[in-house]
Amino acid sequence: MNDIPLAGTAPKAELKWVGTRGPRPDGLDKVTGRARYGADFRLPGMLVGRVLRSPHAHARIRGIDISKAAALPGVKAIVTRDDFRDMPSEFVPAGEMMVNYRDIVRNVMAREKALYEGHPVAAVAATSASIAREALSLIKVDYEVLPHVIDAAEAMRADAPLLDETMITAGVDPAPTKPSNVAKRMEFSTGDLKAGFAQADFVIERSFATKPVHQGYLEPHACLASVNEAGQAELWCTTQGHFVVRTHCAKLLDMEMSQIRVIATEIGGGFGGKTVVYLEPLALALSSKSKRPVKMVMTREEVFLSTGPTSGAHMKVKIGVRKDGKITAAEAELIYEAGAFQGSPVGPGCMCAFAPYEIENARVIGYDVISNRPKVAAYRAPGAPISEYAVECVIDELAQKLGLDPVEFRLKNGAKAGTRALYGPKFGPIGLVATLEAAKNHPHYSAPLGPNQGRGVASGFWFNIGGESCASLHINEDGSVTLMIGTPDIGGSRASMALMAAETLGIDVAHVRTLIADTDSIGYTFLTGGSRATFATGMATVDAAKAAIRQLCARAAKIWEISEDAVVWEDGHAKPAGQNAATFPPMSLAELAGKAGKTGGPISGHAEINAQGAGPSFGTHIVDVEVDKETGRVDIKRYTVIQDAGKAVHPGYVEGQFQGGAAQGVGWALNEEYVYGADGKLQNAGFLDYRMPVTSDLPMIDTVIVEIPNPAHPFGVRGVGETPIVPPMAAIANAISRAIGTRLCELPMSPPKVLKAMQAHKANGG
Amino acid sequence: MSKRHVSAVVNGDPVEFLCTPEQTLLDVLRDDLDLTGSKECCSSGDCGACSVILDGRLVCSCLVLSAEAEGKRIETIEGMAKGEELHPLQRRFLEHAALQCGICTPGILIAAKALLEREPDPSETEVRFWLAGNLCRCTGYDKIVRAVLDTAAEMRRS
Repeated sequence: MNDIPLAGTAPKAELKWVGTRGPRPDGLDKVTGRARYGADFRLPGMLVGRVLRSPHAHARIRGIDISKAAALPGVKAIVTRDDFRDMPSEFVPAGEMMVNYRDIVRNVMAREKALYEGHPVAAVAATSASIAREALSLIKVDYEVLPHVIDAAEAMRADAPLLDETMITAGVDPAPTKPSNVAKRMEFSTGDLKAGFAQADFVIERSFATKPVHQGYLEPHACLASVNEAGQAELWCTTQGHFVVRTHCAKLLDMEMSQIRVIATEIGGGFGGKTVVYLEPLALALSSKSKRPVKMVMTREEVFLSTGPTSGAHMKVKIGVRKDGKITAAEAELIYEAGAFQGSPVGPGCMCAFAPYEIENARVIGYDVISNRPKVAAYRAPGAPISEYAVECVIDELAQKLGLDPVEFRLKNGAKAGTRALYGPKFGPIGLVATLEAAKNHPHYSAPLGPNQGRGVASGFWFNIGGESCASLHINEDGSVTLMIGTPDIGGSRASMALMAAETLGIDVAHVRTLIADTDSIGYTFLTGGSRATFATGMATVDAAKAAIRQLCARAAKIWEISEDAVVWEDGHAKPAGQNAATFPPMSLAELAGKAGKTGGPISGHAEINAQGAGPSFGTHIVDVEVDKETGRVDIKRYTVIQDAGKAVHPGYVEGQFQGGAAQGVGWALNEEYVYGADGKLQNAGFLDYRMPVTSDLPMIDTVIVEIPNPAHPFGVRGVGETPIVPPMAAIANAISRAIGTRLCELPMSPPKVLKAMQAHKANGG
Repeated sequence: MSKRHVSAVVNGDPVEFLCTPEQTLLDVLRDDLDLTGSKECCSSGDCGACSVILDGRLVCSCLVLSAEAEGKRIETIEGMAKGEELHPLQRRFLEHAALQCGICTPGILIAAKALLEREPDPSETEVRFWLAGNLCRCTGYDKIVRAVLDTAAEMRRS
């Protein structure tokens, strides 16, 4: 999120491996069923762990009686709130979100109150699943059921039930005297808002609402913990960041980090949702008590009930324009639901809202509000898809009002190198304009539309992040290369790392094998999130390869008895240079590796970095929809994703990120939502009723990879995983509005809502 | 709870197991037969990650009781490659980058295999509706559908 330097070294024009579409190192195991995910591990003597969850949305826990359950034969350990030390309120950065251990310990296991249906109250380890289930039914929890509140707007009312009697809204001066469910108010502003709106010829102000949507990873949370009598722990789990799991577990369980080895299993999707801990501390605590390995796997219902979706929101957006199409002022108010504990992504929501545009006068105010829902977790570009959806809808309506093409209108106001973003920094080289130009020139944009069809466009922005990464690259005796990294591979990053290592070393990628090392085998590496893996761990990989190359050159110098400075590395070979040029035949990596024992010992390269200079990524989506006039059902007829990747290291997996983000956006736009009953209970905690897009809901998704290199990365990488989910909701909303002649300002745009909008429009003479 | 003895054929090999009445075929495949390639992601037949072929019919193994497997032939992802040789679908999925996290991949490969055995020349629409019971959250299905169509074309040629 820092300033991006404008000047930089252009990536090498001639690349042999980076940019190719080879097979991924883990591919074979994944098409043969051999790959081991979170639930695929077992150990001798393993127990089954299960969680007792609150049936109430809001209840004080007066007491928990585990005596009957503990007496059941086969039950080996039970943990409740009494097994976890209370933690002080302390915010620490965790990727794109902040975490507070006072809240994490309460989310992992309810303390004073159960704050949402599904909130863990106790956990049991038993010799079989059926005994564990029976034990849960024998635990008696004395609840005092309290009034609940689900929606953020209702939670903000003065008479709303309070979740946390100590919560005083932060960011308000003077501080409120009474507690409320509003955790925080924030404001970002620039210029003179009043003067800006005074210059406007047209002003449009609209209110929007979105519902929480779940990341929807197919693999439920799962882990296997084993703690011995000395307190040494091993933990296998499906996570986007095993180092982060170690940090959290050590903190929550009062363990030294060196006592916990965390092994990241293959991960069956995460999208931000596997950046926090749920089962892991429970499994460790149960194993610590029972001194036996404990395996815990969530059901799909548990995933929906108690793991993070992203926020639902209420928003107001107001934008003013001159007749010539220049935006003069913009204002937004964003209310994001955090779930049971504070920490919604409203901060990034505020920062991203107007980021695609150069606007002199702007203000965004955000509120972080708690309510009786599961605590939100990061979900792809956390916060951005929500606020940018609202803004992009108003942008589209303004374009219509001005009679301007929506792409041209965006080009008139689009952010470019040198634009100062509302949240502070000046952009370096960025690709928004390039994606808009590509959209304008794409055959999709000018293709004819059929009856009841509409075309929508929207752009999107996400920062991307860097951060701490390590890489260890070992040159094996036969010249093959083992590369160890610490970012779990969620969608093909091992392939990207291998390609970057091969490119740097100048060897065939087939000789590079990338492994995800456990927390004891490599230095601290921050999680896979923020679109950082290919950027930051990629940078570490290149640095590690360069360190190995320095070693290789030194060995060649030793063999040739010349100065180290007189050796260069080219195309996988050490070559004598300068006055020694062509004196000796070049030596290949494999030759040098074979002689390593006699020239000084094994050859490795390591890098430990805190990667700076993450490059923001902009995208523009085009979508055609057809609306069924009788049912209000929206059919996606054609979809094109255009995005700046900086550099696509493996274009196949970059396209995959674009397509997958768009598909998730289609679900968010049209169907997905958390539905609560009046009792505060979730009514659609399953894939049948929480309807994610299936194959027959989608067309092919066309992609255009724009490459405006990020000067901070050796190959120009920006990171691509998150931006693709930012534009779809607005693009689809804009397409629907053009198909039916009226606008919906609420997600999801499910058939009943679209039908109602059409009927209202007709009744109003539309 | 007394266990029931079941004999079946899994990927061509005879197997025997003891199961409790509530155990699903998926439970037995994963926990008793160590065939963890079939995945459990919903336990309600909505995601297709546990797809297997039971006596020639595509089923969600989470919806089949293990006792029902008596005398049946079961094909799982572990039996899809023949020795060293991948099934053309497996090869094409790799070539097309038709997987990201890969958790849905075994189920989708099994479902696609069942489709191509029944219809060697499916249209894109047929592929999309046949695979509508298999959720994938990563890919947007584009590369999956292309991989299946490409495999079908390859298998028709050979």
